[in-house]
Amino acid sequence: MEFVEKIKQKLQERFKSVTFTFEEFRGETTIKFNKESVVEVCEYLKTDDELKFNLCEDVTAIDWQRKKNRFTVVYQLFSLFNKTRLRLKCDLGEDTSIDSVTSIWQSSNWAEREAYDMYGITFDGHPDLRRMYMPEEFEYYPLRKDFPLMGIPGSIPLPKK
Amino acid sequence: MGLEAKLMNDGFFTTTIDALVAWARKSSVWPMPMGISCCAIEMMAVGDPKYDIARFGSEVMRFTPRQSDLMIVAGTVTFKMSHIVRKIYDQMPEPKWVIAMGACTSTGGMYRSYSVVQGIDQFLPVDLYVAGCPPRPDNLLNALIQIQEKIGKTRARDFQNSPRIELSES
Repeated sequence: MEFVEKIKQKLQERFKSVTFTFEEFRGETTIKFNKESVVEVCEYLKTDDELKFNLCEDVTAIDWQRKKNRFTVVYQLFSLFNKTRLRLKCDLGEDTSIDSVTSIWQSSNWAEREAYDMYGITFDGHPDLRRMYMPEEFEYYPLRKDFPLMGIPGSIPLPKK
Repeated sequence: MGLEAKLMNDGFFTTTIDALVAWARKSSVWPMPMGISCCAIEMMAVGDPKYDIARFGSEVMRFTPRQSDLMIVAGTVTFKMSHIVRKIYDQMPEPKWVIAMGACTSTGGMYRSYSVVQGIDQFLPVDLYVAGCPPRPDNLLNALIQIQEKIGKTRARDFQNSPRIELSES
């Protein structure tokens, strides 16, 4: 608990212009903030001597199934030194792009590719933003809520019989 | 009596060449183990001493399609994988047979989803479907025996040269 308070305090001191929203649910801490400052906040969380969130476990997204503020990108962080988990959430707003954090955590490379493949979120500055699971020429994003469960017939070619 | 009896006594037997070839074919079916997911574990169990596929002459699991004549497709075939399965099938020499092992391979199974082919018969000619999720090893042995029965009924004239496969551009 003290450590969570320390994170709050340090973040608010360091980034005065950014508004952070802190949430606590069953011992899990979530921090929400705007997407423009994602790279500098992540950089700080990783490099700060006391926080040291040196492992990015996952980058994924949420489709809220609405026209406004449709997508949220979620980062799962872990600090091996403090044995603490942290969740960051950034609303995407009108467009579907956010800055990539691959320059900070190499492990977010494939995670961001997966989020791009499944939700169509473009990560600006990603070194190799290609599809992860679906074929290269596939035009849809399967985990979006408007994608039908059985897919779009004929969108993925089958071999000739 | 007559000529046949004379031959039998001397250690000969008479048959048609068709029956002899079919018997030879069915007695040593070389499977191509196309193990894609969990059904492959049961397929491995078929090869172990407890179930022992060698009793039926099929212990030679060839990991190259060019030396095998029965493809056991064991596992969930996704759309991405379907092209690979077809490519491997195309490399097998004629005559060839296909067993669709398990629910996923036969119908898509529990994966009612955009990424999974709902039955490999959409792109492969399947000879036998094996029920189960995954099927027990004895179930697969039963399938092999049935395939052998099917092969035993074939005649040489059934296998004409099929038209050459057109190579795709890419």
